[in-house]
Amino acid sequence: MTTNGKMKNIYLYARFERLWHWLQTLLIIILLLTGFEVNGAFSLFGFGTAVEVHNFVGLTWLIAFAFFVFWIFTTGEWRQYIPTTKKMLSVVRYYMYGIFRGEPHPVPKRKEAKHNPLQRIVYLILAAILLPVQMVTGFLYWGYNSWGDWGLSWLSLQVVALIHTAGAFAILSFIVVHVYMITTGHTIFAHTRAMITGWEEVADQESVGDWEYKTKAV
Amino acid sequence: MNIMERKPPLFKYTIVLVTCLMLIAPIASATESKEEQAPGRAMARQATKSKKLWRTTDHSKHEILQKDFGSGEELTQACISCHSEAEKQFHQTIHWTWLADPSDKEREYGKAGNSLNNYCISTNKTNDAGCLSCHPGWGTSKESPVNCLVCHSQKSMNFDEAVTDIRGFLEDGDEESKEMALEIQAELRDAAQDIGLPARKNCGSCHFYGGGGDGVKHGDLDTSLVKPSKTLDVHMGVDGQDFNCTRCHTTTLHNISGRVYTRPAATDRKSLVEDDLTTKITCESCHTAEPHKVGKKMNEHTDKVACQSCHIAEFARVNPTKMSWDWARSGKLKDGKKYKTKDEFGKYDYMSIKGQMRWAKNVKPEYFWYNGVIKSVTARDKIDPAGVAKVSWPVGDREDPNARIYPFKVHNGNQPYDKVNQTLLMPLLSGKKGYWKTLDWNEALTVGQASMGLPFSGEFDFVETTYVFPITHMVAPKDKSLSCTECHTRTDSRLAKLKGFYMPGRDGSRIINYAGWGVVLASLIGVLMHALGRIFSNGNGRKED
Repeated sequence: MTTNGKMKNIYLYARFERLWHWLQTLLIIILLLTGFEVNGAFSLFGFGTAVEVHNFVGLTWLIAFAFFVFWIFTTGEWRQYIPTTKKMLSVVRYYMYGIFRGEPHPVPKRKEAKHNPLQRIVYLILAAILLPVQMVTGFLYWGYNSWGDWGLSWLSLQVVALIHTAGAFAILSFIVVHVYMITTGHTIFAHTRAMITGWEEVADQESVGDWEYKTKAV
Repeated sequence: MNIMERKPPLFKYTIVLVTCLMLIAPIASATESKEEQAPGRAMARQATKSKKLWRTTDHSKHEILQKDFGSGEELTQACISCHSEAEKQFHQTIHWTWLADPSDKEREYGKAGNSLNNYCISTNKTNDAGCLSCHPGWGTSKESPVNCLVCHSQKSMNFDEAVTDIRGFLEDGDEESKEMALEIQAELRDAAQDIGLPARKNCGSCHFYGGGGDGVKHGDLDTSLVKPSKTLDVHMGVDGQDFNCTRCHTTTLHNISGRVYTRPAATDRKSLVEDDLTTKITCESCHTAEPHKVGKKMNEHTDKVACQSCHIAEFARVNPTKMSWDWARSGKLKDGKKYKTKDEFGKYDYMSIKGQMRWAKNVKPEYFWYNGVIKSVTARDKIDPAGVAKVSWPVGDREDPNARIYPFKVHNGNQPYDKVNQTLLMPLLSGKKGYWKTLDWNEALTVGQASMGLPFSGEFDFVETTYVFPITHMVAPKDKSLSCTECHTRTDSRLAKLKGFYMPGRDGSRIINYAGWGVVLASLIGVLMHALGRIFSNGNGRKED
């Protein structure tokens, strides 16, 4: 680990967080592939297999998400998702202009603030709206045959399916941007490395003190 | 700063790896085909495992069957001398009355009533004796005694012909004729002594020839089922279960289950598990309503999709079946004579006396919502000649809890109707004044309608019609059943015509799909441009100090 004077290593992502991230990555990729096959976009695994895998992985994700919710609230990490407008414009300005000029990131990652304002709003929408919508519509879709028993006969499968499809496009679009954005660290793989090892090299600014990475999140 | 030097411990990666493996294992097992048997197969095997018959009598030992029979009536009397109630019972059944409901004097659905189809458009009421050859009495009279042998003898012979010949030879009186008579009588005696439940060829002697020839009508019933392979019919296959018709068409008091006319063959779909005295006529009777392996999506199809829809991918797989019959084109002559031509199957595709016909093999069924009831028009009912008139059609829609998607053969016809009365017409076909002799529609229709006691205005034209047959036989082995994408596909779905519900893979929103892929593409272009910007900009996207 070579660090120059102004860079330093901080332990940014806890073990569970990383496990959750990559597990979710795997689940979402499988869900997208099988889901779009069911949608009729292409054939890859065969329709029947796609349905079975999609159902299984979808339910797995639902269970895994419950652990994530538990983790995020017991560790207080939910605070990382509180949206803010502070420095939002400078972040936007950075990605549209500053990054090409080699300027430093206006909001470097810190242990207690690992999301910049733009990430906060995007991840909040993702974790609190988009993913739950996919889970709810997916679960309903999966349980279609039981709608009568659940008192949901008034529901329209078409509406549920189309919301689910639209959500899938949104997630796919997010992934495209997300995969690109992780190359914008100080090296191309800096962010990726951090999500694997937990350690990220960040600019050693005054605002970042030793106490920050020594202190475990409450 | 110890914490900074800490190397990521190996066990973290191990956990990630193990978790992934744990995840992959169930995914893989969800796709692999397990060798364990589906409950529906196990149930059906159990329900039919015993192939023994509980026969307590040997008809060849009965004294009354040892004689030389001189007539059909004599034979019937011999049967009912023991089976005292059999004829009375049989007289009450549709097999004898040819009326769907004999108490319904007004509509009179049935062959012996006002029903008609779009094949041979006359009925026996119009004195076409040929139709009566299937009536299970002796000869072609509806008043003759019941011919028990046609259904119960395990020997194949033309019984009507036999008794006619016997009578003829006996009347001749000379020695040679007597000998001939004795020979036939011996044969008839053998047939009368070899008695059992109806076998496939017994039922088939009429039902395989519906419409007047092999495979004309049903499409899933023809002579290929006398000795079918397992591939043609997984139940009846002689190299498999070797079922007879009566395995499923169970009987009470000579009423044979499975009739689909004005009422469903079975009012409720119960399995033998729920009710051990239930009829075996439905698939569910033996296979239950959840026949596939536990957790399989197919089990969640059975409430809306009939088993037949997936398990009979095509009908008429060995012998061809007639798909259309255009009476309007009949009457053409070649060199002043009636003529006929054959198609690739060796079947007549044109006959001067019948018109243009089309035969087909390996036919994909059409699919309709169906609650077990077939409705039909009779010769008394008005039709709408503006479009294609339905002579018969399945009843049911998606909202009907008893209706499921079911496969049908649809036979297209073009047949005469009364332009004034707006009813379908029944001509006399055979006989001196019949159309087949005279090629004179006016006369044939006048005589035919008169013999039915129905009015005929004298003005007629032809109307296109459809007639439906539920497809239920020729169930293929499971590896020949439909794949998901025969229906769950955007193009050429077998269920393309069934609207009003959302079907994954078939339906979707073009707007959402186009917009969705548009957004994804835009994101891709956006990040590519950004990346190019970083590569070519001064800062190269990275700050090194």
